[in-house]
Amino acid sequence: MVVLDPAHGGADQGARGESGIAESDIVLSFARLLRISLEAQGLRVLLTRQANDDPTFDDRSKTANAQRGAVFITLHVSSTGKPGTARVYSLAQDGGPPVYRGTGLSRTVLIRWDRAQQGYLDLSRKLAELIQIQMAQRFRGSAETPTTAAVRQLRTVAAPAVAIEVSSVSLPDRTQLDKMAPVLADGVARAVAAFRLVYEAGVK
Amino acid sequence: MSRGLKTTIAILAVLVVFGLITLPSLRQAVQRISATQRTEEQARRDVMQVPVSTPTDVKVKAQMYWLSTASPASLEATAIELPLSADPVERSKQLLVALITNAPSTSQRTLPPDALLLAFYLQPDGTGVADFSDALSAETPSGIQSEQLAVDSIVRTLGANVNVIRQLKILIRGQETDTLAGHLDLSGLFSVSPPSAAAAPASPVPDAPVTTGAVKTTTTTPARAPLSPTKQVPQ
Repeated sequence: MVVLDPAHGGADQGARGESGIAESDIVLSFARLLRISLEAQGLRVLLTRQANDDPTFDDRSKTANAQRGAVFITLHVSSTGKPGTARVYSLAQDGGPPVYRGTGLSRTVLIRWDRAQQGYLDLSRKLAELIQIQMAQRFRGSAETPTTAAVRQLRTVAAPAVAIEVSSVSLPDRTQLDKMAPVLADGVARAVAAFRLVYEAGVK
Repeated sequence: MSRGLKTTIAILAVLVVFGLITLPSLRQAVQRISATQRTEEQARRDVMQVPVSTPTDVKVKAQMYWLSTASPASLEATAIELPLSADPVERSKQLLVALITNAPSTSQRTLPPDALLLAFYLQPDGTGVADFSDALSAETPSGIQSEQLAVDSIVRTLGANVNVIRQLKILIRGQETDTLAGHLDLSGLFSVSPPSAAAAPASPVPDAPVTTGAVKTTTTTPARAPLSPTKQVPQ
């Protein structure tokens, strides 16, 4: 199961360009295309929002945490950065108290909600690497390796989770972003399919 | 040509002439208004952001982290001469105010010009608490990368110039906030590398991605993490 999270929505448009491009609109389009590509790979897909609403961070995480063996991908468009590139993030380790470190979602261990991602950092990093490789191949100028950051949305997800941020809303119109969408969807779907083998082996 | 048409053309001609005559003064008025706005911003800053000056101030070359000119998605260290206090709290305030106001150019800014440092505290365990005005949150460009660069610039500047801060908490108007501008988690603490580590070039580590930008920078990992600079910031 892949949970796709088009970030923002509702009154929260996220990053907004001078030309009127809104992050919340673009990521919803990305998510719809990505859903098709993932389903073509034989994966089941859930979206944290289907329309212009704005679930809380925790509600979005809840969608993923309710699924066994889920993978979570939150989609963003930046305000800055080199247009036409994509960067993948996994959560930076916070080094807090020990948490359950499993390769799948255990039904017998309580996981602290606010640190739910801590047990999945290695898997998330692996997923981020696979996706970033695809992005570097498809979008010239993209980094070849993923980045870690304290991304709020990822912290409460008890599953392998990454954020993909595409640059940027500063483009004069959304045409270039629209052109990126199917390419991004194909790359992410291939990476997730490759990751699936690793992940499912751990969950079983 | 009918009389009505002639009248219309005459009126339009008069309007065009009037527009051409008034256009320069209109443009000047717009420029005056925008200049006034800038002045108001400066005035507000002058009132709110009182310059920090202490008896122990000594002019030193401070390492400030702003956006790189060569690679705007990364930070680079710039040495500027600043009067800095021996007291770590006052020193931190001076550095953060300078980080906001002294950027070499607008394109190198990491923090919004309207942001104000409202307070800075230092706890005995080396936890610094920086309290900023709403503008930090409202005017930082929304995005994981831009928010991370903003926090990194704060953390790395403090780390390079104040040797007692080990971790940093960022507040907005005295309150803990979920994110800086919708993405970067502000609920935790950010680890601050000591001056020697912050000033040194990032050393290669096995799992550290290599950046191709002008300068390698370390990510502000949440503070309870080991202090090894193993992460990277966007190139």
